[in-house]
Parts: sequence; structure tokens; C-alpha cells
Amino acid sequence: MRREIPLAITFLTALIIIISFFIPHAPFGSMQDVSLKWYAIIAGFTMLLGVDSLIHMHYVKIKRKKEGWGYSLVLIIGFTLLVLSGTIAGIRFGSAFNLKSSFIYLYNYMILPLQSTMFALLSFFIASAAYRAFRARNLDATLLLITAVLVMLGRVPIGYQMWHSFPAVAEWIMAIPQMAAKRGIIIGIALGGIAVSLRIMLGIERSYLS
Amino acid sequence: MHNFWTIFGIWMAAFLTLAIFSFLYKDNPFYKFAEHLYVGTSAGYMLIYTYFLTIKPMLIDPITQQNQWILLIPAFFGIIMLTRWFPKIAWLSRWSIAFTVGIGTGLGITGSIQGLLVPQIKGTLIALHGWNGATLNNFLIVVGVIATLTYFYFSKEHRGFVGKTAKLGITYIMIAFGASFGYTVMARISLLIGRMYFLFHTWIPLIK
Amino acid sequence: MNIFERFEKIDRRFIFLLVALAVLIPLVLKVTMKIPVSSPVVSAFNAVDTLPRGTNILISVDYDPASMPELQPMYKSFLYQCFEKGIKPVMIVQWPLGLPLSINTMQEVANQYNKDAKAEGKDTVVYGRDYVNIGYRPGGVALVVGIGKEIRDYFESDYEGTPLDSLPMMKDIHNYDNFALLVALEAGSMGDIYVQYANARFGLKIILGMTAVSAPDAYPYLQAHQIIGLLGGLQGAAEYETLMKRPAYATMGMTAQSWVHVLIVLFILIGNIGYFISRKKKRS
Repeated sequence: MRREIPLAITFLTALIIIISFFIPHAPFGSMQDVSLKWYAIIAGFTMLLGVDSLIHMHYVKIKRKKEGWGYSLVLIIGFTLLVLSGTIAGIRFGSAFNLKSSFIYLYNYMILPLQSTMFALLSFFIASAAYRAFRARNLDATLLLITAVLVMLGRVPIGYQMWHSFPAVAEWIMAIPQMAAKRGIIIGIALGGIAVSLRIMLGIERSYLS
Repeated sequence: MHNFWTIFGIWMAAFLTLAIFSFLYKDNPFYKFAEHLYVGTSAGYMLIYTYFLTIKPMLIDPITQQNQWILLIPAFFGIIMLTRWFPKIAWLSRWSIAFTVGIGTGLGITGSIQGLLVPQIKGTLIALHGWNGATLNNFLIVVGVIATLTYFYFSKEHRGFVGKTAKLGITYIMIAFGASFGYTVMARISLLIGRMYFLFHTWIPLIK
Repeated sequence: MNIFERFEKIDRRFIFLLVALAVLIPLVLKVTMKIPVSSPVVSAFNAVDTLPRGTNILISVDYDPASMPELQPMYKSFLYQCFEKGIKPVMIVQWPLGLPLSINTMQEVANQYNKDAKAEGKDTVVYGRDYVNIGYRPGGVALVVGIGKEIRDYFESDYEGTPLDSLPMMKDIHNYDNFALLVALEAGSMGDIYVQYANARFGLKIILGMTAVSAPDAYPYLQAHQIIGLLGGLQGAAEYETLMKRPAYATMGMTAQSWVHVLIVLFILIGNIGYFISRKKKRS
């Protein structure tokens, strides 16, 4: 039963969604509406799973004084700060997302700079990678390299200064050959996705239950 | 005129920005501090928004204010998702997963056909008559789509005509990857510009 | 050891420094360049610009601080254009970490517009009457399909908890039928979901504003007329600013962007010359 019930749930919910696509009237239409809303609510809970395992892991690290436990403490303090400020804002303003709340203050001056700088770091690594790894080793690699250079120059104003037709060339690459290849890939992915979805629905593919 | 807390916030943000950038020199305690703070604060943020943007408006308010008791069912499914924490009853979480997977596949099948396959194939059925630039472009598109698809078609050995078409497919794919690489460079640099702008405009007003 | 071989052994921190300088110097010197405009951006601009006053549009703010520098300038331009043209935007957020960005920026642009409008003796914009932010709810694809029927099934209130029905602008807005188009600002896959469901199933017209990383993947949609306009990365944002005749952050940033691109192309060139020289040496 531990396997049969979930398989039946998957099959039935998928069936409701598919039938209501073709027959959006009662009772299927409203069954779909309810299912979609429930899905959103359940999906909302999944966040809690990740948060818990993260906090638990670092809590254990601090308790056992493992190497680098000080950083785990920083993590827990950051976590507590946001949770506390969010709770206080909730009580004071009725929502944590009031612009005057300390929760939003911490978002603006902690989460925002931390996250955006974390991703800005990548710019340096991609520049260094371009220098070290981007080699015209064979015909295919050369083609890739030339396209990259054309697009990089064609999509910035300086390319236009160098040669007025540069932007048009870059746009042509994007809209014709690049687009054709992406379309081939999209069609392939769509076909593959439909096949996998059918296998899941019919219970042939069950790895998600393990 | 900025008040104290705004100025304090900007200095804190600048410190954290520099702490992360210090990784470029080498890994160091400042970077590790900032990295852990990032993960911790993000997790705290997630917990708060899950409550204020999901649980409260979609469950607590409708149940307590409008007596929508039926919502106890998704609440139950949501809570049993958390049984993963207790190995003995962890199998219960499969019910919720099965439900979300069912919805996902149902939407996926219909969406892929209606929203991807049909319009994308329709977009490839384009005019190939007359001697002009548009026809040439259309020809390149049709050939490119077929060649790329052939490359990903592994049920037949890539030999002879099929092999040549697949090879042409690789050429198209290389152009696409090159373009994507160029665009990725563009994206990453833009993010750096954003941080530089913060450091030298908001923090130290060097950029007016 | 020749010069190229020496280049190959260069400390990567030196490269980092060059990149940082290539960004910083143009920003400080405040050099701007003429921005060439591409046709997908022009179609996006025209689609919004020709809407009659009082039309509602939906703006989906689906990014977080990680991709803010690329998408925020687009968001600002679209909002300002709406206010200027009397178009009424409803903001929706699919990325929870982006909700504060969507609110902060909305306030900032509204304040800026009201200041400009007062100076010119025009009407100002008011929250709830001229623009609304309904905030974030989970669900992704299910939400996109669900609000095709009724927004209130998911959003009973706006981002701060004010009931939708108490906001005058929202009284007659129930689903996609009430929006002339959707401007989706995307850092991930939500754009694809909107195209596959909101457009294919409900016929909603879509303009995509995307990070440069994901913009190339949207070209097949553009060619198949599944979207009516496309803005890619900071360049897309700068092009939009150019069309709006309001050059701002993106336009300024594109000069720095230009110089870094030139620098990276030089890196690639030098790297490859060194590679060919050393390959030749090995062969001989």
C-alpha cells in the first residue's frame, strides 16, 4: 500500500488536469482549480524542509565544536536576526513586508549586497576562463569562439562604433542560426518531457518515490 | 539627507560586498563570514515569507475568517511533507510528493504540446519560395531545426546522409553555444557593474 | 620564453584587476555611447506605447538581487512609461526573494514620476488607483494556470495584506482577460511557463525582459510569435531607455560593459596566439 496509494494519487491528479484541459466544465474545471490551489499551498511547505536540514546541520556543528563552528554560529545568528525581525514586523505592521520594517532593512543592507556580490564574483572567473580555456582547438571550437566574439562585440555600443553593421550581424546570428538550433533543442526537450511525464503518470517511472 | 540607520546600512552593505570580493585575492575569514551570513539570512528570509506569503494568507486567514475548513486537506498534505524528518513515518511524505508530481505531469503534458511543440513546429513551417533574403533565412531555419533534431536522434546510427545532417546539426549547435557564451559573459559583467555602481556611487560617491 | 608564453603564466589576479578597472574607469569618467536599438526591443516599446490610457497591464517581477543589475533598469523604464502614458500596471512576483525589490522600485519610480509630474503640472499617480502590487504566492506553473481563471483564488490581498477588493483599480480585474499584455522580467524559467500557459492557453500577449544568460533561449518564441517583444540583459535595458529618451543606469553601464567585452576579446586573442605558438613549437 505504501507504493500503490502514491501511484494512484499521481495517476488521478494528472488525469484530472488532462481531462479538464479538454473539458474545462463542471466537474473537471472546478476539480482542476482546487487541485492547482492545493498544489501551490503544498509547494509552499517544501521551503521549510530545506531550512530545517540546514539549521540542524549547523546546530550540530556548533554543539560538537567541529572545525569552523564559529562560522556556523554566524549562520545561525543571521537566521535568527531575520526570523526575529520578521516576526516583530508581523506584529507591528501586520506583515513582514512593510517597507518601514527592520526585516526589509536587513534585506536591503544584508541579503541584497551579499547575494548580488556572490554572483558578481562570477564575472572575474568568466574573464579568466575566457583567457585560459577558450582555445580554437578544432573547427567546431573555432566556430563557437568566432560566434562568441561576434556576439560579444555586436551586442555592445562599442561594436557599433567599430563597424555600424555589427549589431545587425549579431542580431542575425541570434535570430537565424542560433534560433534554429535552440528550436531543435526545445522540440527535443518537449518530446522527451512528454514521454517522461507519461511514464510517471502510468507508474512506469517511480524514482521520485524513493 | 540620509539618516543614521541608512548610512549605517550602506556601510554594512559595503563591508559585506568587500568581504565577498576579498575571495578574489584568496579564501579568507572575511569571505567565510559573509558567505555564512548570506546562507543564514536567506534561510531566515525563507521561513518568514513561507509564513507571511503562504501559510497565513492561503491557510490561516481563509480558515479562521471564512471557515474554509476544506483547506485543512492541503494543510495536511503540506504537513505530512515534513514527515521526512521522522524516519518511521517518512513514507507518508510520498503522498504529498505524488500529488505535486501528478499535477506537474498533467500540466507538463498539456503545456508542452500546446505551448511548445505545436507553436514551435508551426513556426518552422515557413515559406521557401522566391529568391530573396527572407527565403534564404527561412531556408537556414528549416535546415537548422531538422539538422539539430537529427543530431539528437540516437535511434539511427549517424552514418551516410543522416551522419552528414547530424554533423551540420553540430555546426548549428556550436553557433548557438557560442552565442550563449557571449551572452553569459555579458550577463556576468553586468552584475559586476551593479556592485561597482553601489560601491562607487552609493557608498563612496565617485560616480555622480 | 617569448611574450605570449609569459602571458600564459600570468597570475589570474592580474586579470581580475584589469576587469575591475575596465568597469570602474568608464563609470567614473561617465562616458556614454550611442546605443544601437534592435527590432525585438522596438516591438516591445511600441506594444506598450500604443496602448490607450487606462489600460491594465501585468508586470511579473521574477528576479532577485543576483540578477537585479540587468532587470531592474527594465522594470524602472516600463513603470515610468506606464505612468507617463496613463497605463495601469499590476505587479506580481514569482520569486520570493525579489518581492522587496519589486516594492522598493515601485515606490521609487512612483515618487520620481510624481515629482516630475508636479513640476510639469500633470496628474500624479496613486497606489491602488493607478498601480498595484499583489506580491508573491507559491505555485509557479500551477499559479500561472490558476490565475487565468481568477486572481483572487490565490491573492485575496496585495503585498501588504490590503484586500484586493478595497483597491479601486482591482475591482474589475479578475484574470488575464483584463490585461492588454504581460511584461515578464525573468531571471529563470518563469518566462517559459508564462509563454507555454498564459500565452498558449489564455492568449495573453507577452513581452519578455530577460537576463542575458536566458535571452538566447527566447528567440524561438519570438520567431513563432509566442512573444511580441524581447529585451536581453543590460543592453536590452539600455535600448529601452534610449527609446524612452530617458538614458539612465543601463545606458551608463553599457560603456563599462563595452570596454570589458573588448578586454575579454583581447584575452581570447592573446590566449589563442600563445596557444598556436606553443603548439607550433611542440610540433617542430
